[in-house]
Amino acid sequence: MSSEELKTGPLEYRTQEGQMTIMGFWIFLAAEIVLFSTLFATYAVLFGRTADATPPAELFEPGIVLIMTFLLLTSSFTCGLAIHEMRRGSVKGLRIWMIITLLLGLGFLGFEIYEFVHYAHEGATLQSSAYWSAFFTLAGTHGLHVTLGIGWVILLLIQVTQRGLTPRTSRKFFVIGLYWHFLDVVWIFIFTSVYLIGMVV
Amino acid sequence: MAGHNKRIPTQHVVGFVLSIALTLLATWAALGSNLSTMWIISGIMILAVIQAGIQLFMFMHVVEFESQNGHVPWNMMFHGAVLAAIIVAGSLFTMSFGFTHNHDGDHQHEQHENDGQEQHDNGEHEGH
Repeated sequence: MSSEELKTGPLEYRTQEGQMTIMGFWIFLAAEIVLFSTLFATYAVLFGRTADATPPAELFEPGIVLIMTFLLLTSSFTCGLAIHEMRRGSVKGLRIWMIITLLLGLGFLGFEIYEFVHYAHEGATLQSSAYWSAFFTLAGTHGLHVTLGIGWVILLLIQVTQRGLTPRTSRKFFVIGLYWHFLDVVWIFIFTSVYLIGMVV
Repeated sequence: MAGHNKRIPTQHVVGFVLSIALTLLATWAALGSNLSTMWIISGIMILAVIQAGIQLFMFMHVVEFESQNGHVPWNMMFHGAVLAAIIVAGSLFTMSFGFTHNHDGDHQHEQHENDGQEQHDNGEHEGH
């Protein structure tokens, strides 16, 4: 890999800067894995410590959780399609799929906010017990990441409209793509170890 | 490879269908099947790991020839995964090992062993 621009291959890999940025982003994701693992560990240890608050099995509903899961799963898929279109050189395809991703992400966030408000009404808040603190910290940190991702996508969509597809903008879209898929990976584990196990035990 | 020139991204579609199938399978295992709690938990955790793998390989282009495979710092990713495993498993081992939180009487064999303790620990009296 030289510092000169390559003439073939995906735009985001053509400069050394692009390759290094993508590599750096993978290192960031490795750090994020460790960040979320501390929250998962806290949650797992505090599981069952509901004190006098409502236990999770009474509040978790399969319906809403499955809707959230499918929204995020589909958004991860459409985000992949956006990157696919970008590599075919289609700004229009990239923009359309990215906007769909954005809407699905917003839908997910809406359901999560509704869910949290619903739990708060049933007497499960951040303060009510060790278990619920751990739950809201874990799910809330993920929700915060989704919120940041949505803001990031909006800014990038503005930028690609102004500048078009260059090695720089396509590298940025590739990186947000990685970030979005990573959020789905984290959600898979929240869905499994928090919601499914919470409904079983 | 050259998958990025095709009109239909086969890899993504296959990954998406598999993810949905795995999610439904995990949900069914947890809510619809009659397996014991222990089997359900280990089963759905394995399904989650498989699904994470699908995201990594089918969507995130972990393996990609276009970058001469130079874009993923494998040692860093491995380091992150090992740290995560140690933190979660280690915390559970030091903090919760041998302590059961079963609320309603599902009949696991551990329960018979510490039956007396179970009565004492049971329900809302935990963790005050």
